[in-house]
Amino acid sequence: MDALSSLVDGFAVALTLQNLLLALLGCFLGTIIGALPGLGPSNGVAILIPLAFTLGLPATPALILLTSVYYGAMYGGRISSILLNIPGDEPALMTTLDGYPMAKQGRAGEALALSGIASFVGAFFATWGLVFLAPQLVKVALLFGPAEYFALFTLAFATLGGISSRNQAKAAFAAALGLGIATIGVDGQTGVPRFSFGEVHLYDGIDFLVAIVGLFALSEVFVFLENHHGASDADSSKMKIGRVTPPLKMLRETSGAMARSTVLGFIAGVLPGAGASLGSFMAYSVEKRLSDKNGTFGKGDPRGVAAPEAGNNAAAGGALVPMLALGVPGSGTTAVLLAMLLALNITPGPLLFQQNPDVVWGLIAALFIGNFMLLLMNIPMVSLFVRVLLIPPKYLMPAVAMISFVGIYGISGSTFDLMVMVIFGVLGWVLRKLDVPLVPVILGVLLGDQMEKNLRRAMTISDGDWTALFHSPLAIGLWAFAILGFVAPILFGRFFRVKKRDEEFVGD
Amino acid sequence: MGDRIFGIIGLLLAGFYAWRGTLIQESFIQDPVGPKAFPFIIAGVLALSSLVFVLKPDPAPDWPAAGRIFEIAVSVAMLIAYALALPEAGFVLSTAVAASYLSWRLGAAPLHSIIAGIAIAVGIYVVFHLILGLSLARGPWGF
Repeated sequence: MDALSSLVDGFAVALTLQNLLLALLGCFLGTIIGALPGLGPSNGVAILIPLAFTLGLPATPALILLTSVYYGAMYGGRISSILLNIPGDEPALMTTLDGYPMAKQGRAGEALALSGIASFVGAFFATWGLVFLAPQLVKVALLFGPAEYFALFTLAFATLGGISSRNQAKAAFAAALGLGIATIGVDGQTGVPRFSFGEVHLYDGIDFLVAIVGLFALSEVFVFLENHHGASDADSSKMKIGRVTPPLKMLRETSGAMARSTVLGFIAGVLPGAGASLGSFMAYSVEKRLSDKNGTFGKGDPRGVAAPEAGNNAAAGGALVPMLALGVPGSGTTAVLLAMLLALNITPGPLLFQQNPDVVWGLIAALFIGNFMLLLMNIPMVSLFVRVLLIPPKYLMPAVAMISFVGIYGISGSTFDLMVMVIFGVLGWVLRKLDVPLVPVILGVLLGDQMEKNLRRAMTISDGDWTALFHSPLAIGLWAFAILGFVAPILFGRFFRVKKRDEEFVGD
Repeated sequence: MGDRIFGIIGLLLAGFYAWRGTLIQESFIQDPVGPKAFPFIIAGVLALSSLVFVLKPDPAPDWPAAGRIFEIAVSVAMLIAYALALPEAGFVLSTAVAASYLSWRLGAAPLHSIIAGIAIAVGIYVVFHLILGLSLARGPWGF
């Protein structure tokens, strides 16, 4: 098998001391980021990117660090869901339903251990899925020409809104806003400045890292300022954990739930626009429908803890497939990871697998290693992370804001960029108030350049004939899915949308 | 109501964007569609979606009371002042002030927030500058 021998090479890359330490650091930071309410995978990774970048890490180590954070955050989110009934990040929302009741019955330790194992199962098999599926997708992607890529980008935007937003018009608006921001600066093909208003700082365009950190991390600070969260400090008396080994019987009972949820979660992750929140939601609902014979779900059923955790971790791995193979991320956090690749001058997509196999397979190998580290950290050492939950937001959020500034200032050393970041922070807050999803904005800022380039390349090949966009069967298929993906939620949205109980979270 | 106003702002934005688009200078290097086509498509999507907000608004969000909005406005001003102060006053001093302010506004007691601000500033300085070697803003005293 091709993939397996590449994977072996990947382990050779990942098993250096530096990369192992970075994976360990990433897993540790990720678990903390996931556990803290108000810091999720997308804004956690967002504030770390500028730092990884300014520290001058090469591509592979930087990617290993940040994807370990990403996987770690998926593990960590469950801790506050179970102990405090506050999801540490959006995908962990479903874990509160049965995790918190278990904690109230004094079985918090069992719930934590079980969900840790479920997370491991989900992430481990999803990483295998990534190993085998990504190269297949690369083969398809190699057939893509500019017209197909343009259709693919449209598909990504069309499906992204369907699940993350209640209102398709708002998702479309968000995407257009992001794409519009991406057109600011000197046009790459003809060299003429666009929308720069004579401001020299804008000739280079708006750095997407500035936009991401502003939209994701700073807007969170404003949300907290608005709601004055000083009162919601964690109460240490609730933090009784008990034994952190699940009985074997419980593992046997939940193994079916884990297996089903892993498959569902992985599929949800691979689909563009879905991501981990949908993965855990689908896993929980399906499991409830299948197994809830005695009405125990919602009252502390272990299967209700295992299912969403296996689901969201599997989805996290699945979401890496389109990001690496096509260069089109399917969720907020993978969009942020894409931003880092672009900042390092690496364009993901089929060529990445051919030109930089060491980056891809080193990363995948690091994910396997990270997964075992996370399992160790999240079960025997879970009480360490529980203590982190005691940091109240009134001290945490200022630190988040300041670290955002440090990161952006480190990249450019320019006050102008810091101001732009503050503006994006305010914009992010307003958009969240209006229920406009932020992920399409980010994706627009990131992909705008590529999307336009492919459109114009297609037009150059066809000499300005717009119907060339629909010539190949592949392109027509992509357009059909794009239209379907945009229209279906309008017609059937009610039935399969993730209910957003809490608006404090962005993306996943 | 929020959505209607938002839609109107969106329409204005689309119009403004399209108008600035028409002002893009054509270059002598030219591809069949040129630098204007893509912005016009975007302006179209912006305008269409804004029109939907005006015609079919969602229920208005709970806008915070005026006091809270003022709170956010002051914090924004504070952060902009912080950005401007960084190169002048150096990292540690400006960060300590800005972080203290934020933590005070998030509900910490005044004395606690000052301690937190100083701790955050010094902590970041030690971790990111002394340990990781990141370059932070230098003030007149070099930190």
